[in-house]
Amino acid sequence: MTEHSKLANQSETAHDIQPDPDIEIGPSRQLSLELGDLWHYRELFYFLAWRDIKVRYKQTALGAAWAVLQPLLTMVLFSVLFGYFLDLPSGGVPYPVFTYTALLPWQLFAYALNQSSQSLVADRNLITKVYFPRLVVPLSSVAAGLMDFSISFVILLGMLLLFRIPLTVRLLTLPFFILLALLSAMGVGLWFSALNVQYRDVRYAVPFLTQFWFFATPIAYSIEIVPPEWRLLYSLNPMTGVVEGFRWALLATEYSVGPLVLVSSAVVVLLFISGIFYFKRMEDGFADVV
Amino acid sequence: MTDIAIRVENLSKRYRIGGTQGHFQYGSLRDSLASAINAPLRRLRGSPNNQEDGTIWALKDVSFEVKKGEVLGIIGRNGAGKSTLLKILSRITRPTEGKVQLWGRVGSLLEVGTGFHPELTGGENIYLNGAVLGMRRLEIERKYDEIVDFAEIEQFLDTPVKFYSSGMYMRLAFAVAAHLEPEILLVDEVLAVGDAAFQKKSLGKMGEVANEGRTVLLVSHNLTSITRICDYAILFDLGHLIQYGDVNRIVSKYLLSGNRQEGLRTWKNGLADPGIEEFKIMSLRIRSERGEISTSLDVKLPFWIDVEFQVFKDLPTCRIGISLLTLDGIVVFVSYNTDDDENAGNIEPGNYTCSCLVPGNFLNPTRYSITIHAETSPKYRLARSEHVLSFEIENTGAIGSEFNPLRYGIIRPKLSWTQKKLE
Repeated sequence: MTEHSKLANQSETAHDIQPDPDIEIGPSRQLSLELGDLWHYRELFYFLAWRDIKVRYKQTALGAAWAVLQPLLTMVLFSVLFGYFLDLPSGGVPYPVFTYTALLPWQLFAYALNQSSQSLVADRNLITKVYFPRLVVPLSSVAAGLMDFSISFVILLGMLLLFRIPLTVRLLTLPFFILLALLSAMGVGLWFSALNVQYRDVRYAVPFLTQFWFFATPIAYSIEIVPPEWRLLYSLNPMTGVVEGFRWALLATEYSVGPLVLVSSAVVVLLFISGIFYFKRMEDGFADVV
Repeated sequence: MTDIAIRVENLSKRYRIGGTQGHFQYGSLRDSLASAINAPLRRLRGSPNNQEDGTIWALKDVSFEVKKGEVLGIIGRNGAGKSTLLKILSRITRPTEGKVQLWGRVGSLLEVGTGFHPELTGGENIYLNGAVLGMRRLEIERKYDEIVDFAEIEQFLDTPVKFYSSGMYMRLAFAVAAHLEPEILLVDEVLAVGDAAFQKKSLGKMGEVANEGRTVLLVSHNLTSITRICDYAILFDLGHLIQYGDVNRIVSKYLLSGNRQEGLRTWKNGLADPGIEEFKIMSLRIRSERGEISTSLDVKLPFWIDVEFQVFKDLPTCRIGISLLTLDGIVVFVSYNTDDDENAGNIEPGNYTCSCLVPGNFLNPTRYSITIHAETSPKYRLARSEHVLSFEIENTGAIGSEFNPLRYGIIRPKLSWTQKKLE
């Protein structure tokens, strides 16, 4: 009791000269996004992304060629299987370009999803030893995917030239679809990274989910082969909107994608916001459990 | 000028131990509700550590204040809650109860080399590590040369750190950390890196930081560095704050807390390994040359270490040993009563005392602890107890102390020297 009253006295007398504390730490905080804090740590965000890009192809013989090889070889296989043998419709453009255009955002998405899901566990030595807003980790982990994307995008431009497909003003909408792919990966990734801290099942679930998701997305085929009444339901998969948006922006496909993109975007926003809130809710326990 | 930098009020932290982790997600909500209801009750019952529900209080009801510019050491045995406290103060984990208020920019150093990436070069890691520790890019650029100088790694700047020797790695890591400039610095056990020369440099740097008027909280097992750097200290034990005060007083209290009585340790039922019935150690004591029991000994004078033991059956090859250790755990020497041939050979049943005379002008003036052990040949252990007593060699004018009170080296023997003037 004396201890308590002494403390009370002290704070009473110190009240005049002692300003409000810069930092106050209590058992729990209100659920706030703390965007200011995140902004304060923007340089760390930059440095973590820079680290991932720097080490992405260290000690590999082929180096950045991997970024190109994967979508390129997949494209060749699909062109033979689906374009030549099955002769699937491809919206009036040559099948190889048609599928490669879809493989690009998919590659970005799959990388971002995988990285962000594993990010907290991968950087556990940071999380248990230093404070910073934990959101920095999953959000910065997707950046290296953009490097791969840029490299394989150059190949795409070459292919467009080869097949004489002219670029249109629609190209200007492309950044929106790139952002959409990243946000949907991060939305799911935020959920998974937080879950992964507690349940390492995520490590096994993500590769399977990615494979499953790949076939549920119109990459090897066109949304046209999906019955019209099913298409909106189909676009609940955010990657449907992204992939078809890419084709619309780059290949000037003729069928309409507006409703698809709208539904997909709504799903992405939902995923991302819920992911952030779930992450923030679990954040306090990370260092104790990871 | 009585500004406060850190105020900690009734801080408690509970950890879950054992196999309940798999249900953390559900458990966390349920448990926090339960603890909110139970906490006042538990405090009344006065049982802080309730291991039955698989939890443990790493910290319990800790309150203290640190003034701006104060350099505070945190002392305690393993599991005392020191590291948990630093983790809460540096916002890595949240307390279960209580509150912390901090005035000023906080930097924490719980480990050297946090965030180092093996594939990146030394230079790149300076930037990465600096950013992780909360430095601005401009700040890192400004201090870059200074850091490289301090770490002594100029010619390896472009080598990936995975090719560094562990010494180089640690030096670089410490160099980055040492150039952190927060108003409040939290440091955990990072001084002991590199070789002796680098350790001295690091210690010097820490002292510099402390003198610049920054608030520093330092956790370390190395009591020498604590007493050298800190003004005040806090002693923790099992999650409780035991005492706050002047660093020398707290350090002595900590050292004595392991001893039942200064200078004398007795075992009521004798000290022997389980199953050993033929032999018991009854007591150990330290005596000054004049015969007084003491833990504070003159560096220039010899002193005695006495062991009392009982033998119940003929022991043909028994020997009693004492090991002298520094507080860093380095063994200074091991000595046996049988080193003197007179004491070798059969020991008949009876009560005995053996005494070892440690010469004066031999040990460095610092703190030492004694481990006692007894065995029969070949190596059949009769008894052993570690850190039974600790004592201080007082610097009452050790040889050469006009140059430096504590010399390098574990011992500081007075050796014979000759000197001639050459024509």
